[in-house]
Amino acid sequence: MLDLDFGAYAPFVIGAYAATAVVLGWMVVDTILAAHRCRLEARDKGLEDDWA
Amino acid sequence: MTFSRIAAPVLGVATAVAMAVGLWLGFTAPEDVLHGDTVRIMFIHVPAAWTAMFAYLCLAIASLLNLVFRQALADLAARALAPLGAGFTALALITGSLWGRPTWGTWWEWDGRMTSVLVLLLLYLGYIALRASIDDEARAGRAGAILAMVGIVNLPIIHWSVYWWNSLHQGSSTFEADKGDALPAAYGIPLALMGLAYLGLFGALWLVRIRTEVRRRRLRAAALRAAED
Repeated sequence: MLDLDFGAYAPFVIGAYAATAVVLGWMVVDTILAAHRCRLEARDKGLEDDWA
Repeated sequence: MTFSRIAAPVLGVATAVAMAVGLWLGFTAPEDVLHGDTVRIMFIHVPAAWTAMFAYLCLAIASLLNLVFRQALADLAARALAPLGAGFTALALITGSLWGRPTWGTWWEWDGRMTSVLVLLLLYLGYIALRASIDDEARAGRAGAILAMVGIVNLPIIHWSVYWWNSLHQGSSTFEADKGDALPAAYGIPLALMGLAYLGLFGALWLVRIRTEVRRRRLRAAALRAAED
């Protein structure tokens, strides 16, 4: 049964999951944005077809 | 490039499924008798530590290939993974600290395990800073590779620190049923799933970042050619 009442430990459990969400989210967003920017730059310079 | 174009999304989907099931099982697992609800932090702390160490092993292997065989792709792979390794190591430290405060009564202790993981984070940050400080990419890659290979000595220290020195940190969690400290299935299965999810996420992001590094280097080469013409 799903129980999200962590009692006295709530700040630590929720804090740990929140920190994890922030760091993993940052890694995913940073990776995708960098890839997107680089792909756009390559397309602008007409290089994309060579090695996409 | 073709491999990563297919493998990255496949790994991404597998990661999402493993993480969703792992989180569900983790939050529906019973409270631990000793640790209460703080046991749920284990499902995100331990996989972060595993992935941080695995990423460093990959960094050292890529560095070795770059130094010995002058593999350009290995250099790009090493450069691409360092920020990911730093992120997972930071997560291991943050979640460990949030577990330590209610369990041990302290946010931080300068014992072997925690200090060696902090050294791992400093190695990642040092690697990133060293590469960024050298303009010539080949020289930056070689300097970073030497640092990464020297730092590999820290991995066995992290693993064995809890046995070599007195430590607040417990020994390694085990999945072997014949050992007295084996994890019960209610905790072992979500932990294993989250471990696979973290490794899958690392793999997917690493592949995408390698693709980006290859593009970036080709763009730079094209810019140099254009400047010469």
